Amino acid sequence: MDSILDIARWQFGIVTVYHFLFVPLTIGLTALVAAMETVWLRTGRPEWLRLTKFFGKLLLINFAIGVVTGIVQEFQFGMNWSDYSRFVGDVFGAPLAVEALLAFFLESTFLGLWIFGWDRLPRGLHCACMWIVHVGTLASSWFILAANSWMQHPVGYRFNPDTGRAELTDFWAVMTNKVQLVTFPHVVTAAYMTGAAFVLGVSAFLYASRRHEADRDMYRKGIRLGAAVALVAGLGVAVTGDVQGKIMTEVQPMKMAAAEALYDTEESCAPFSIFTVGTPDGTQEKFAITVPCLLSFLATGSFDGRVEGINDLRAQYEQTYGQDPGAEYYSPTGYTPIIPVTYWSFRFMIGFGVLTGIGALLILWLTRKGRSPTSSWFTWMAVGLPVVAVLGSSTGWIFTEMGRQPWVVFGLMTTANGVSPGVGTAEAWISIVALTLLYAVLAVIEIGLIVHYVRKGADPFVEPPSPSLRGSDDDEDRPMAFAY
Amino acid sequence: MELSTVWFVLIAVLWIGYFCLEGFDFGVGMLLPVLARDDRERRTMINTIGPVWDGNEVWVLTAGGATFAAFPEWYATLFSGFYLPLLLILLALIVRGLAFEYRHQRPAAAWQSRWDLALIVGSVLPAFLWGVAFANIVRGVPIDADKEFTGNLLTLLNPFALLGGVVTLLLFVTHGAMFLALKTDGDLRHRAGRLSVRVGVAAAVAAVAFLVWTQLIAGDAASAVFFIVAALALVGGLVAALRGREGWAFTGTFVTIAVAVAGLFVALFPDVMPSTTSAAFSLTTTNASATDYTLTLMTWVAVILTPIVLLYQGWTYWIFRRRIAVHHIPEEVGAAAS
Repeated sequence: MDSILDIARWQFGIVTVYHFLFVPLTIGLTALVAAMETVWLRTGRPEWLRLTKFFGKLLLINFAIGVVTGIVQEFQFGMNWSDYSRFVGDVFGAPLAVEALLAFFLESTFLGLWIFGWDRLPRGLHCACMWIVHVGTLASSWFILAANSWMQHPVGYRFNPDTGRAELTDFWAVMTNKVQLVTFPHVVTAAYMTGAAFVLGVSAFLYASRRHEADRDMYRKGIRLGAAVALVAGLGVAVTGDVQGKIMTEVQPMKMAAAEALYDTEESCAPFSIFTVGTPDGTQEKFAITVPCLLSFLATGSFDGRVEGINDLRAQYEQTYGQDPGAEYYSPTGYTPIIPVTYWSFRFMIGFGVLTGIGALLILWLTRKGRSPTSSWFTWMAVGLPVVAVLGSSTGWIFTEMGRQPWVVFGLMTTANGVSPGVGTAEAWISIVALTLLYAVLAVIEIGLIVHYVRKGADPFVEPPSPSLRGSDDDEDRPMAFAY
Repeated sequence: MELSTVWFVLIAVLWIGYFCLEGFDFGVGMLLPVLARDDRERRTMINTIGPVWDGNEVWVLTAGGATFAAFPEWYATLFSGFYLPLLLILLALIVRGLAFEYRHQRPAAAWQSRWDLALIVGSVLPAFLWGVAFANIVRGVPIDADKEFTGNLLTLLNPFALLGGVVTLLLFVTHGAMFLALKTDGDLRHRAGRLSVRVGVAAAVAAVAFLVWTQLIAGDAASAVFFIVAALALVGGLVAALRGREGWAFTGTFVTIAVAVAGLFVALFPDVMPSTTSAAFSLTTTNASATDYTLTLMTWVAVILTPIVLLYQGWTYWIFRRRIAVHHIPEEVGAAAS
């Protein structure tokens, strides 16, 4: 790691994966907490308010880290990737600005209202605030994924040879990029699955705890809710992921070949390897478990579809991109991503995702019709589920970003050419070390807080105030319902 | 008016919004060790901005995103050039943001005083460094023909920029004290009011020196008008504070910050980042801007969304309009007292 490029890439990887540990969790949890509060409003049953407040608190602890690590995301494009920013700003900056104006303001303002509004807002409005926060997280996902999808499959732009920049020509095309239309539901369903797995795992832990025996019925509801949502969302992740695989094969065939470490084109019935022992670079295979024809199906939708291999694709890419007179924006040494990374992250993504879905299904079945399983393996399986779901999200992003390499914008600009030319390695080192150390400390603190509050369990039921929007004259001296 | 000029104005508006709003947040954070005599007073101060600080901070994210979209070259040169100060601001904003949400999560005094430190340092650093950054933008920095910043950290730490940092720091402390006088009650309110005048005088001296210096370096007739109005607003705010007119006092510092920042942008125009290497290498609203297509699109987005944002953000301030006194703070941290 002696070049600014390596440091900047590692920093991007570290801070982005870290940021995205919290993002899917909070997208999913805002919806679930809003749903819990809605159920409380509709039924008036105290346990739903207790769950709302309990998971609301855990949500806020996670949301805070998601927010502050998000600032780094916006700044580092300019700091470490200034040539990338110059090249794509006209196209890529717009969704980012809209994200801030449309989504970040909604999220931050209405979350503040929700946190402090228990004694200031009528109950229905208070609940609506959390729904608005959730809509904000969805809007944020939409625009940032549109920006990312453009990097995977640039559309709606032209390359201006005079300025050497990509210029936006059709914003609607960027918004309806076919990669975006499938990536958004894939990421959002994965977020619902992650948030639901969290509710499931935390509820199961408290459900099994002797100290909280009196509240077992309540936590059982949390388990059921989490498992049901995780299962439905998990099915959504699978379906959208399947469609996404086919679009990826179409627009980035190298990524699919790299996902399978498929060096030579398979004319039909390409097998999918579940596990390979041997050299993971694919040069020699010693032992492999494969499912016949599955790769053909994943990539093309037909069991006898043709799947192109890395070697053929590399030759094609050299033909397409290597001879281009405008090649100053890409000088790849090769057109192949790092195969072991793509091969394994692809498998882990699918594996973790499937595991979460199966776990949710199993738990739903074990708790059917009032059954109350008490075995410790049930608890541990449930508690492990959110971790597995989060790992699935992380490996999914590692796969899709590493699989695009050496490009930063597919077919237009290589990652090596996007890095800031004016930034020295000393500065970049200071940045990556400082951020990594700080993030590590924050991880310890946040896990400590989560564990602390999960062990403590939900607070007892307290009837919250039921204020009207006008009434604040009579309560001038009343203490705040919530204060920092 | 050219679209790129419209966007220069809009970006100025976003920065003005940011400094006027998060300025008092920073001030409250910096005053934490000065004004509060015990933990409940500290909590009273923190809770005056508790529901709104995050919304205030989004203004800087929007300013950053809008600069990226509307002036990609400006965004790229500025953020890669001002690398270490921006990194420090990032680290500060991270620990500061978490301090709000995490401080009350544990009752231990050591835990809370550590987060207090995070809140104080996380407020002082950006309050100072944003001033340094903006002073450097107006003064100009070495930029080469490739639009790359060619200086280093020491280039940025020149006397003019350091004075700019002192000015924003003192102005934000004053602004925060005015805000606390407006939003708290009891003893804290009076102490905040008194302090706002004392710090405000120092801020006024530093600000006038800085604005005169700026006028000499980069000013024209228009910027002079802005700077004079800013100075008058500050004097007016201080007079109002002396007379115990807290609303007008806060309005005074609000207008001071808004008009002074506007004046800096007026002095900057039509450059967005002047080069001290050669005027030919300066980034301007024309050579740093995005295409007309993107700017038109972004204009529509801004025209539709900005009023809505202002409306609901304003509504939030109205919802939490009540003054907060020590007795409003529940004894137990983070507890529901109702």
